[in-house]
Amino acid sequence: GHAEGRYGLGRPATPDEIAAWDVNVMPDGRGLPPGSGSVEDGEVLFADNCAVCHGDFAEGVDRWPPLAGGIGTLTEERPHKTVGSYWPYLSTAWDYVHRSMPFGAAQTLSPDEVYAIVAYILYSNDLVDSDFVLSDENFLDVEMPNANGFIVDDRPETEYPLFRREPCMSGCKDGPVEVTMRAVVLDVTPEQAEARQARETQAA
Amino acid sequence: MADGFDSRHGGQGASRRAFLKGSVAAVGGAAAVAAGAAAAAEGDPLILEVQEWASGLGDGVDAVPYGMPIRFESDVIRRHVEWLTADPRSSVNFTPIHALDGTITPQGCAFERHHSGAIELSKQDYRLMINGLVERPLVFTYWDLERFPRENHVYFCECAANTGMEWKGAQLNGAQFTHGMIHNMEYTGVPLRILLEEAGVKPEGSWIYVEGHDASSNGRSIPMEKALDDVLVAFKANGEALRKEHGYPVRLVVPGWEGNMWVKWLRRVEVTDGPVESREETSKYTDLLANGIARKWTWVMDAKSVITSPSPQSPILHGPGPLVITGLAWSGHGAITRVDVSLDGGVSWQQARLAQPGQPKALTRFYLEIDWDGSEMFLQSRAMDETGYVQPTKDELRAIRGTNSIYHNNGIQTWWVKPNGEAENVEVS
Repeated sequence: GHAEGRYGLGRPATPDEIAAWDVNVMPDGRGLPPGSGSVEDGEVLFADNCAVCHGDFAEGVDRWPPLAGGIGTLTEERPHKTVGSYWPYLSTAWDYVHRSMPFGAAQTLSPDEVYAIVAYILYSNDLVDSDFVLSDENFLDVEMPNANGFIVDDRPETEYPLFRREPCMSGCKDGPVEVTMRAVVLDVTPEQAEARQARETQAA
Repeated sequence: MADGFDSRHGGQGASRRAFLKGSVAAVGGAAAVAAGAAAAAEGDPLILEVQEWASGLGDGVDAVPYGMPIRFESDVIRRHVEWLTADPRSSVNFTPIHALDGTITPQGCAFERHHSGAIELSKQDYRLMINGLVERPLVFTYWDLERFPRENHVYFCECAANTGMEWKGAQLNGAQFTHGMIHNMEYTGVPLRILLEEAGVKPEGSWIYVEGHDASSNGRSIPMEKALDDVLVAFKANGEALRKEHGYPVRLVVPGWEGNMWVKWLRRVEVTDGPVESREETSKYTDLLANGIARKWTWVMDAKSVITSPSPQSPILHGPGPLVITGLAWSGHGAITRVDVSLDGGVSWQQARLAQPGQPKALTRFYLEIDWDGSEMFLQSRAMDETGYVQPTKDELRAIRGTNSIYHNNGIQTWWVKPNGEAENVEVS
C-alpha cells in the first residue's frame, strides 16, 4: 500500500497504467514491444501518414524536417542532419515515431506500423535493402552511421578554464572597433508597427 | 474589457498628441525634449487646463476582474518570427525583454516554446506517475501534490536555442528576438526529491526520465544527482497558477539548465539506470562542433547578459544628457557577481551597478548611468558569475565550437547606437 511513503500520498500505479504511459525505448532496445515491419509496408504507410510533410523519400518538404540524406555532411558549412546522418540510436527513431508522430495525430500507429515506417526511413537513408524487415529481434543489428558522433559535454575542460579569468578593463583591443556585420542588411526581423507607432508617439 | 488592445488613438490622448505635434517641427529623439521646453515656456496645457481624468470618473472596480496592461503598452507583447519554424504549434515566441525592467517576467508576455502546441489540461484530468526503479510506483492527482511541503524559488528559464540564430552573424534586430527566449519567475512547488522519496528510489536508479502529457511528450533524461538537488515540481508561478502555455497545471523547474528540460504538463517521472537518449537529447539539444562531433547533455546555461535598453527596439528618444543603460545578466552555474559595460565595443569597460545582489540561477538587473554626449556607441555587457566565469565574446565561442552548434550561444552582444539614438544589432571587429 501507499502508506509506506513518508507522507502516504498518492496511490499505487497499476501495471496496466504503467504499460499505457511507459512506452519509452532505451538505446539497448529495452522497452521495444514484439513486432516487425517491412520496408515495403513502410513505404505505403509513409506515403499515407508522413510524406505530406517529410516527402515521399523522407527528404523533407518546405521547412519540415528531412529524415534522410546528408550522410557525411556534418563538417560542412551547412550540415544536413537527419536520422541517417546524425541520429546515434535507432531506438530514438522508433520511440519518437511511436509516441509523437504523425504531427497532429500522435499515438495512432501500431507497433508493427512503427517497425515498418522505421524500416522505410532506414531504406531512405540507404542503410538497408528494399527487402529488409525490421523487428524487435534484429533491431540492434542496424548500424547507425553517426553512432560514435557524440561526446558528453566537455565545456568544463575546453571552455571553463579559458573563460574563468581576470577580465580586461582597458586597452582591450587595438584601435577603434569597426562594424563587421549588421542585422538590418538581412532585414528578416518581423515588422513592428505598434512599437514604431509607440515610439513616434513618445517622440512627437 | 475596458482596456482593449485595438483602439490606440482616441479620447484625450489624441488631442494631446495633436497639440504636441503642432507645437514642434522636429522629429526624432530631440523632439520630446523640444516639446517639453516649448510647453514649459508657454505653460503646459496638460497642467494649465483641467484634464478629463482630473474631473470625470475612471473605471469602477467591477470593470475588470482580471486586468490586462493599459492599451498604451500594447507593444509589450510576445512576438513570433514566422520563418523560423515550419508550424506555429512546434515553434517559439519571444519575451519583450527590451521593454521590461526589474527581473520578474510578467507571465502573460513570457515566451512560449511548444513542440505540439499549448494543451489544455484541467486539474481534474491531471495525473503524475512515478515509476521505474522505485519501491512503490505511484500515481498522484493534482491535489495530492498540493499536500506535500512546498518551496518558493526564483529561477530563469532560458531556451537552449536563445541567441541561436546569431551564430553565423547579426541576424535579428532587437533584444526581444536575439535574447527573448527567456523568462524569470517565482515558482511554488514540491521538490522532486520529496516525490522520489515517497516512491522510494532503488539503489540502481541513477537517472530519471521526465515527460509531458502533450503529444510531443518532450521526454528528457536527467541524472539522479540533479533530480535530488534542486529540481522542483511547480504548480504556481509569480503567485498564481501556471499559465496554460507554461504547463498548467504542473511543470518541471530545472534551475540553471536549458529550458527544454523544464518539461511542461509533467505526466511521468521514470527512475532508470541510464539515459533514454530520446529525440530531444539526440536529434535536438545536441551541439554540433566544427569537427563534425556533437556535444550531448549540455545541460547548464552559462553566464550571459544583454543590454535591454538602449537596444534596437528601445532607441534613445531624449537626446544627449543623462542616459540609463540597463540590462539583464544570468548564469546557470550560480549567482551573478558582476556585470561590466563597454561603450566602445569592448576596448574599455566599466563596472555596472547590480540592482540587487545576484541570486543563484536567476535573472539579475544591472544599470549603468552615463552622461551621453550624443556620439555613436558600441554597447556591450559582460557578465561574471560566482565561479569566476566571464562571459566570452561570440568569436571566442566560435573559435572553439564553429558556427553550427545552434544552442548555448552566450556570446557578448553589441548594439551600435547612432547619434540619432537608434540602435542596431551588429558585430564588431
